[in-house]
Amino acid sequence: MKGGLTRGAVAVVGAAESDLGEVAAGLSVVDLMAQGVHRALADCGLTLADVDGVYAAAGQSRMPSTALCEYLGLQPRVQDSTMMGGSSFMTHVAHAQAAIEAGLCEVAVVAYGSTQRSAGRRNVAPREYNPYETPFRPLTPATAYALAASRHMHQYGTTREQLAEVAVAARQWALLNPAAWEKTPLTVAEVLASRMVSHPLTVRDCCLVTDGGGALVMTSAARARHLRRPPVYVLGVGECISHQAISSMPDLTVTGAVHSGAQAYAMAGLRPVDIDVVQVYDAFTLTTLLFLEDLGFCAKGEGGAFVADGAIAPGGRLPVNTSGGGLSYGHPGMFGLFVLIEAVRQLRGECGTRQVARCETAIAHGNGGVLSSQSTVILGAAATV
Amino acid sequence: MDDPADVPDAVPDAVPDAVPDDVPDTASPLARYLAHLQHGELAYQIDADGRPVFYPRVAAPAGRRDPLRWAVSAGLGTVHATTVIAPKGEAAYNVALIDMDEGFRLMSRVELLPPEQVRIGLRVKLRVLPAQGDEDPCPVFDPVEAAARGLP
Repeated sequence: MKGGLTRGAVAVVGAAESDLGEVAAGLSVVDLMAQGVHRALADCGLTLADVDGVYAAAGQSRMPSTALCEYLGLQPRVQDSTMMGGSSFMTHVAHAQAAIEAGLCEVAVVAYGSTQRSAGRRNVAPREYNPYETPFRPLTPATAYALAASRHMHQYGTTREQLAEVAVAARQWALLNPAAWEKTPLTVAEVLASRMVSHPLTVRDCCLVTDGGGALVMTSAARARHLRRPPVYVLGVGECISHQAISSMPDLTVTGAVHSGAQAYAMAGLRPVDIDVVQVYDAFTLTTLLFLEDLGFCAKGEGGAFVADGAIAPGGRLPVNTSGGGLSYGHPGMFGLFVLIEAVRQLRGECGTRQVARCETAIAHGNGGVLSSQSTVILGAAATV
Repeated sequence: MDDPADVPDAVPDAVPDAVPDDVPDTASPLARYLAHLQHGELAYQIDADGRPVFYPRVAAPAGRRDPLRWAVSAGLGTVHATTVIAPKGEAAYNVALIDMDEGFRLMSRVELLPPEQVRIGLRVKLRVLPAQGDEDPCPVFDPVEAAARGLP
């Protein structure tokens, strides 16, 4: 299908986190979204008066873009609360690009907020009852990923040690990121010896539970060139949904990232070998393996061997999840926005000791639900357009 | 189904269901599914071309053709994926995805084995737990060998 979006026509010009970790008591989801928006606007030198597109998703808000508009005092020309889990923000980037290219809005913000840690996870994320799954008491979402891991291990010989390597690499990156939640080193042995959540995944194979939020600011490439920060151009986007519940996933070892990635690469005119830094939503150690395979960085089934020798850790062959990811930097419930923020920062060259050298292209991949919705964005620095 | 051992010799002929007497024609797919379970049966749907559909739906999804008719599984399947959950202070239990010989997959659990001994490829047989209190009847599975010995 011919895409209607133009490579490089739109750029991310502002990016910021809200408060992270465990935020002050009483701070709400919308407080954090608004904090992210104000900081991201300050980042690029725009103001609320410039914003005419508002995109938001949140697990704790039924109408997040509407709530955010009220809070900010905006009546934007476009608002969009598309909700497909942690990949929502990559899809918001695509929707915002479409709106900006079509002239429906000129400056869009994409925002997220979560207080799942301070509010208590059980209080903030009621699960929908599924009569074909809930009676079996799966520990959602961990059990779904554990079932997928059991297949990957069975079909490809992937080991728990290889999964643990993903957590160790994420921790090594996190130790280079002052904003990361985790501050101490982690070993493969420690991952394996941690409390088992849903076999084969221990608590260290699972993402953190933190608060946090943030925002991006997007505008046309023409306007982007006159703003404070180096523009980060949207080169390609793609999305794919394969199921919602894990019992309906067509193949537990292959995600929709195969398709979302192919769409994004085609629009960007790039191949995996052209990507300088990889940011993928690491809800669990398994997901990093799956996305390295499905986005073409190694062959299907070879993800375990690919990561086994420190390949994705600092100093390895391929820099992956340089913030420390959902496993070690922070995981406020729907991590997609933070995947995009780190990709933007790497392309701007502002990542300090974790900065990837000569970083001009980045892939930012979001995962929603239980490997359900996949959405990919490829971003590039000025030299790529 | 990558292991030769996983592949059943032949897909069993679909057993047309007799609508349970207590289910009106207007019943929801879920109500009809549960009514079958109440009778000890695992029901699923078959599309116009004979292909299985699960979970039960009001109309065929893309790639399948209406009308959907109902059938009852012979109750034999293979473990496709498996995990063990061990909540603090509670007995560990199994959660598995089961590939039924008729070609559909469902979430369930395997009983009569320690949960960590449930293996992908294990042949299993349906056993329906009757409704209890507020809980609906529930399809669980036993290893075929254990079921043949008349357990539980």
